[in-house]
Amino acid sequence: MASITLRDVRKSYGNAHVIKGVDIDIQDGEFCVFVGPSGCGKSTLLRMIAGLEDITSGSLAIGDTVVNDLPPAQRGVAMVFQSYAIFPHMTVRENVAFGLTIAGASKAEKDAKVAEAARILQMEHLLDRRPSQLSGGQRQRVAIGRAIVRKPEVFLFDEPLSNLDAALRMDMRMEIGKLHQQLGATMIYVTHDQVEAMTLADKIVVLRDGKVMQIGAPMDLYHDPANLFVAGFLGAPSMNFIDVTVKAVNGNSALVFNDALDPVEVSARRGPFRVGDRAILGLRPQYLSIAEGPGKLHGTVALTERLGAETVVEVALRNGKAVIAALSHDAVYPIGSAVDLGFDPAQAHLFQPEE
Amino acid sequence: MASRFTVSNRTGWLMAGPAVLLIAGFVILPFLLAVGLSFTNQRLVSPNPTEFVGLANYNQLLDLALLTVEPLKDDAGQTVLKDGVPEYPPIRSLTRNNPDRPDLNGMREWFSFSSGGDARLVVLARDVVFMKAIVNTFTFVIVVAPVQAGLALCLALLINQRLKGINIFRAIYFMPVVVSIVVVSLLWRLIYDGQSGLLNNLLGTLSFGMIPPIDWLGNPSTALGSIIAMSIWQAVGFHMVIWLSGLQTISPTLYEAAAIEGASKWQVFRYITWPGLRNTAVLILIVITMQAFGLFAQIDVMTNGGPLDSTHTIVFQAIERGYGKQDISGGSTISVILFVIVLSISLIQRWLTREKS
Ligand SMILES: Nc1ncnc2c1ncn2[C@@H]1O[C@H](COP(=O)(O)OP(=O)(O)O)[C@@H](O)[C@H]1O
Ligand SMILES: [Mg+2]
Repeated sequence: MASITLRDVRKSYGNAHVIKGVDIDIQDGEFCVFVGPSGCGKSTLLRMIAGLEDITSGSLAIGDTVVNDLPPAQRGVAMVFQSYAIFPHMTVRENVAFGLTIAGASKAEKDAKVAEAARILQMEHLLDRRPSQLSGGQRQRVAIGRAIVRKPEVFLFDEPLSNLDAALRMDMRMEIGKLHQQLGATMIYVTHDQVEAMTLADKIVVLRDGKVMQIGAPMDLYHDPANLFVAGFLGAPSMNFIDVTVKAVNGNSALVFNDALDPVEVSARRGPFRVGDRAILGLRPQYLSIAEGPGKLHGTVALTERLGAETVVEVALRNGKAVIAALSHDAVYPIGSAVDLGFDPAQAHLFQPEE
Repeated sequence: MASRFTVSNRTGWLMAGPAVLLIAGFVILPFLLAVGLSFTNQRLVSPNPTEFVGLANYNQLLDLALLTVEPLKDDAGQTVLKDGVPEYPPIRSLTRNNPDRPDLNGMREWFSFSSGGDARLVVLARDVVFMKAIVNTFTFVIVVAPVQAGLALCLALLINQRLKGINIFRAIYFMPVVVSIVVVSLLWRLIYDGQSGLLNNLLGTLSFGMIPPIDWLGNPSTALGSIIAMSIWQAVGFHMVIWLSGLQTISPTLYEAAAIEGASKWQVFRYITWPGLRNTAVLILIVITMQAFGLFAQIDVMTNGGPLDSTHTIVFQAIERGYGKQDISGGSTISVILFVIVLSISLIQRWLTREKS
């Protein structure tokens, strides 16, 4: 069984503390995505799991074994690198068979396993080419092929798609998802792209500056972000944040308002909030609508972008701030015209301001 | 729009000018002169006019002949034995004024071997010293190229680690390279000294006096070997640096991928490091070969070609003839021969190490 457990894992380079105490539980067979902005320590964390970096303190277990001091080869992991790391002087066949060659497998065994990997990745026709004759997407397939022939219990991917162009990225993303279903292995996938995280993950770990901000299923994180960072990081266009003042607190909900916002009662579960506090109201652009009658937010149209099925409207609020509304229909709103925006208070999030 | 910098031909030539002039004056012109002079009897200073002599110089240097020599027979037709071995007539008596073989006139024995029966096969050369020079030069190249390249690679692998103070070792290994080869040769003459040299003292001490002092440079069987050892030591640091630069072009993620697949140290070298060093290896092999063919300074300082011609080399011969004996045409001919040898060898090396597709 290849569950993975991290307990208070830390990593420092001298005085630079890169991973600052991380606890993560990954179940056997789960697809777990580490997501966060560039430089937050995702790769470092993944390389610690692979055994390419020492763990400064804390414990890392794969299955029931603590593997802190095991070399990479004995951890039963395979890794796919952002730069592919395929061997330039070997053919695709030799590259895919590399792990088996190292283990001293027979030619027949190698041929069979390479053929199977090639079938899964649909690259039978590439086997006798050299890496220099392959496109980026094909190279990434070879790297994945090399990872799957050894049937590892854990796959580690470090931004495998970030060197590919947008269209190819979407194809490969779907293929990696399919691969996970076929193989049923535990996978950890590092990316800074929230779309990849949302679409692929069973479990998302949002990282920032070497700390875990939130762990959960994609929809839980989307609909119930624990803090401003997660709320702003997931979803596109990103969530609108509006400074508000708390007018009244009523058990689990709070009444908030500002110059451009009529008082509205929203959930206060990310509190505590007290009357008179400043707070931040988070509204996803997709849940804002142009109100027919009097709405809750008052402003004027600053910009519209018509995308066909969707219209993105930037509204300058009465207090000078701007919000974005993503409407799921095509419509024209003249710039400068007054609009009122409405929303369902159940879809609004109230956060404490960050220091 | 074409930039002024890419079309400004005159500026380009002006900038390349000094280098072009120097190369023309000191490389191309002398080379053409050497080819021309090798077909004449030009001497450094001579009252006689220069004459065209065709291939005579080449013939003088390269002429070889094979001679079968029968043992001496006594009047009864029996082979004359001396100390149990057959006695042979002196070679001179067969080459000088031999009416059957006028072509052998002036040739000397290079080496001989038995041809099964009593008869001996003698290889004659018109210029035995030059033949020895060719053999010595090739011996030098064949030993130095692989040993120096291999040693340099080992050093580079050792030094290509992130350890504290590794730069001190890099500097130490590179140090002999920056010292002039003439100075190095002078120093090593002291080390190799037959009486109180460092090497003899060291060997004597280590073996508790069991190894008697050896006159390393004065003994025909050790002189060339000693020069080979010193030459390898002197330039190994230079090639180490080239290997090192090759090692650093190999992407670290390849090593990480290999570590995850569980490759041993040897497998990492075999599957990643060595294939990644291919181009560096070709470069180093060609550079060492070229340098080794040019062997001169060590000989000039340490042995002057001796003892018993055992350390003559092609370049040493060219210079000794051209300036020592004032035989410019002979020296030029040797240079042209060396050029042809080096050119053919590098073409063969290029062909052998070509990228197979
Ligand atoms: N060898 C190292 N020495 C010092 N700092 C490092 C080293 N490797 C990474 N870091 C730092 O650790 C942080 C996290 O890096 P990384 O894990 O690569 O981020 P990312 O989330 O973009 O993959 C970065 O700020 C980086 O500068
Ligand atoms: Mg990274």
